[in-house]
Amino acid sequence: MLKGQQSWLFQNRPVIRAASSVVGPEEGRGPLGADFDVVHDDLTIGQKSWEQAERALMEEAAKLAIQQAGLNESQIRFFVGGDLLDQIISSSFAARTLGIPYMGVFGACSTSMESLALAAQIVDAGGADYALAGTCSHNCTAEKQFRYPTEYGSQKPPTAQYTVTGAGAAVVARDGEGPVITAATIGRVVDMGIKDPFNMGAAMAPAAVDTLMAHFRDLGRSPGYYDLIVTGDLAAVGHDISLELLKKNGVPIEETTYSDCGLMIFDRSRQPVQAGASGCACSAVVAYGHILKRIRSGELNRVLVVATGALLSPLSYQQGESIPCIAHAVSIERGGNE
Amino acid sequence: MQFLWAFLVGGAICVIGQLMIDVLRLTPAHTMSTLVVIGAIVDGLGWYEPLIEFAGAGATVPITSFGNALVHGALAELERDGIIGVVTGIFEVTSAGISSAIIFSFLAALLFRPKG
Repeated sequence: MLKGQQSWLFQNRPVIRAASSVVGPEEGRGPLGADFDVVHDDLTIGQKSWEQAERALMEEAAKLAIQQAGLNESQIRFFVGGDLLDQIISSSFAARTLGIPYMGVFGACSTSMESLALAAQIVDAGGADYALAGTCSHNCTAEKQFRYPTEYGSQKPPTAQYTVTGAGAAVVARDGEGPVITAATIGRVVDMGIKDPFNMGAAMAPAAVDTLMAHFRDLGRSPGYYDLIVTGDLAAVGHDISLELLKKNGVPIEETTYSDCGLMIFDRSRQPVQAGASGCACSAVVAYGHILKRIRSGELNRVLVVATGALLSPLSYQQGESIPCIAHAVSIERGGNE
Repeated sequence: MQFLWAFLVGGAICVIGQLMIDVLRLTPAHTMSTLVVIGAIVDGLGWYEPLIEFAGAGATVPITSFGNALVHGALAELERDGIIGVVTGIFEVTSAGISSAIIFSFLAALLFRPKG
């Protein structure tokens, strides 16, 4: 049900029946390493190319989530997914393997929550009993796609971020047990004129703040409603900018714990990740691996995940265009019967 | 003393390149081509040869010396063959460098399979 300008309130309370997180070696060495379902110790995931590796991560995460939900592929009505590669091949090719009716979406790194919001809307509206939302990214494919091939050995400035290697998937169900998806806010595209592809956090921070303020306005909530609010991948530079913007706009963000998945997944003091993490998988594996487990265990009751995405293409920034950004928020709350 | 000057001059050229990346926010490719052009202009003014005499490898190893070599070859052939020498002479001095880049890239491609 539409609430306010750009938010959905899910009255039929779709639940996340099961979720999975599959990551690469660097993520496994991070502070959340123990929360992920599968940690690969080889970046190639046993595949011939990085693109095939990324696809294998998506397939593994999708199969794992479906299996953990006690279902099989034929019971999942729709798969909503996307990734960072040209023509979102990782998700589309994974959907070919899975054989589930598929909707490809692109929201750059906001795809995690964009796909989850859409899956929840489909289930809430009675369009499916089970829908799968998922996304993936790989450090080496993203470097090749957006910056330089890794063998080129190009220098990175300290504002750069490290794309997470991993995939996350969630099975959204009409009923049953599990964390409940209660609301979602779909973001507007915000562009503050930043052109530096090595400073995505700064470009995305205003989009995250725009969506957060829209969420609070539409649903009549304040930050204190949530135990935890996390942005997707603003990392160190973007997180500080977003805090400043929230204070400037009079949002009482100090009522809650406010963090960023891009800061949580790695320990920046001992891992070579510059300003922090980024990538579709960043918010996906932190939300599906770490946060959902803490909701299930009762440590957290209400969490808002605001996945942020930079909607640039290599061509657009080479032609000197600025970086348009977006953020989508999904509210996940502890179910009553856990 | 020769080593010190080579280190300082070569290092200074690299500092200029690093500042182009960090301060001017040029891409690595733009930085490299700009340094080649700077080397070409400096040789056009007749200053690169004295720099090589002074700093040795400090001036010949950085990419600026490639620009110097391009102009140097072109000017030498210009004197010998007239205006057509500008075209034929550009790769005169640099042909060894360019040919070895092609040959060694080919050999490396036979042995390794880049994933990117």
